[in-house]
Amino acid sequence: MNETDWRFKVAHREAWIGVGLAVFNFIWWFGFAYGMGSRPVEDYSYIFGLPDWFFYSCVVGFVLIAALVIVTVKIFFVEVPFEEEEDRK
Amino acid sequence: MNYSVLIPMILFLLIIFGIGYWSSRKLSSSSNFINDYFLGGRELGGFVLAMTMVATYGSASSFLGGPGTAYTMGFGWVLLAMTQVVTGYFVLMILGKKFAIMARRYNAVTMIDFLKVRYRSSAVAILSALSIIIFLFSAMAAQWIGGARLIESLTGLSYNSALFLFAVSVLVYVTIGGFRAVALTDAVQGAVMLVGTLVLLIAVVITGGGIPNIVSDLINENPNLVTPYGAEGNLSAAYVSSFWILVGVGVVGLPQIAVRAMSYKNSQSMHRALIIGTLVTGVIMLNMHLIGVFARPILPDITVGDTVIPLIALEVLPPWVAGIVLAAPMAAIMSTVDSLLLIVSSSIVRDVYSSYIKPDASLKTIKRMSVGVTGTLGVIVFLMALNPPDLLIFLNLFAFGGLEAAFIWPVVLGLYWKWGNKFGAIASMVTGIVSYIALHFYNLANGELFGVHTVTFPVLLSLLAFVVGSLLIGRKAYDFNEDFAK
Repeated sequence: MNETDWRFKVAHREAWIGVGLAVFNFIWWFGFAYGMGSRPVEDYSYIFGLPDWFFYSCVVGFVLIAALVIVTVKIFFVEVPFEEEEDRK
Repeated sequence: MNYSVLIPMILFLLIIFGIGYWSSRKLSSSSNFINDYFLGGRELGGFVLAMTMVATYGSASSFLGGPGTAYTMGFGWVLLAMTQVVTGYFVLMILGKKFAIMARRYNAVTMIDFLKVRYRSSAVAILSALSIIIFLFSAMAAQWIGGARLIESLTGLSYNSALFLFAVSVLVYVTIGGFRAVALTDAVQGAVMLVGTLVLLIAVVITGGGIPNIVSDLINENPNLVTPYGAEGNLSAAYVSSFWILVGVGVVGLPQIAVRAMSYKNSQSMHRALIIGTLVTGVIMLNMHLIGVFARPILPDITVGDTVIPLIALEVLPPWVAGIVLAAPMAAIMSTVDSLLLIVSSSIVRDVYSSYIKPDASLKTIKRMSVGVTGTLGVIVFLMALNPPDLLIFLNLFAFGGLEAAFIWPVVLGLYWKWGNKFGAIASMVTGIVSYIALHFYNLANGELFGVHTVTFPVLLSLLAFVVGSLLIGRKAYDFNEDFAK
């Protein structure tokens, strides 16, 4: 009777994936922005006209995260029914 | 009056009315009014779900205030704005399937319903209802002022007439159509925002002579504009990073967002919404704030930040295109207002009236109450926005941060931590709100404590309060598998 609902295991795993993605997103965003952005402005290079730190942190970072979200949802996310099953004990 | 700008906007408003009317016809044939009015009958598909989250979230601040600040601060503010990409996937992944399952099991229609059943406590429910009514009411009034200012600047109408026009349009479709109308119009509005910002960004880049040209103009004016540290070099890494809490992960605790995470049809819609939501949030935020920065070399002398977007649109686009593009911030404001209006009225009707004042109210009474309260609230907000009292501006200042500090842990830990109980929840809410208000005043007087945004410490303190409260008082493991079949 007190067996954990199998859907909860799915839900818990997916919540952890969300945390993982957010941590990765933060490190990428922070690393490029302040790692490259703290050089003197004369040393910046420009990609498509944008400062390099901004291009990697915000443009590439966004594309990468969007791609990761698509991949994780397609591969790791499981479809579960939301309604209670009739034969639940 | 500028008719070529005005006509596309009026057409846009008419389409929105059409959707509200169509949903209301669907509503009158419905058997479960409360569920439908406040939740759209839990049957939102992926696209509508993603768009309603983006549109609710992207308010006047991200469409007028945000780009205005980016105009002054440069690329550092775009960096800050990009912290919002995380909301696109984080909210749905964290609340996700568990929230959807538990909300159905509890038969919850609002976030407060969920908290009340989870913690089996009226104190938790009343405390949450009060904080929602007070904070979101003020947040809503501030949005109305923003909407009216936008109409005012476009049409040349007086502020009062603009406000009246705005209030009538919002009220008509929220009161008659309920959540479904709001969610559907949000979807249209979200699409308008997406296309509008793209068109405007492209036009700004062309007028500015290409991105390299614009960036070198910025460097010539002030090299700090292209650093992550802001025009004066005073945007610290710690401060910008703390926005990850305020506008990123903390958004999980906002009631108007959380309610959307219980309204989707099935896990397929949720998966689609995750992908669409992330893409759309990212594109809109990046475009909107880059427009703000790129507008600087084109129109160097703008002093009021909120007017950057309207002015640059009128400058770089033909008038009728500007009309369509400026429907985007209009859409953002309207969709935020309508969701807030619905959340506040659901707190009053559902969480206070039908739970405590008159539990045996008939369906017909509740129906009339829901429409009546939504309408009355709208009129009160209108009257307050005519001549905004200081208290209102003040409450609005910390509406979102305060609500996040109050709700994030009771919701998230209530879902995932079996030791969470009502004592922890109450301690967490009180600590969150009180410490937020206290720190707000401290920061106002002394500058940001440890250089981070006000929301940071209250969120940590309320976590501590939740854990300590739950473990020390009435400790008992919660059984998530308990049967709620009624």
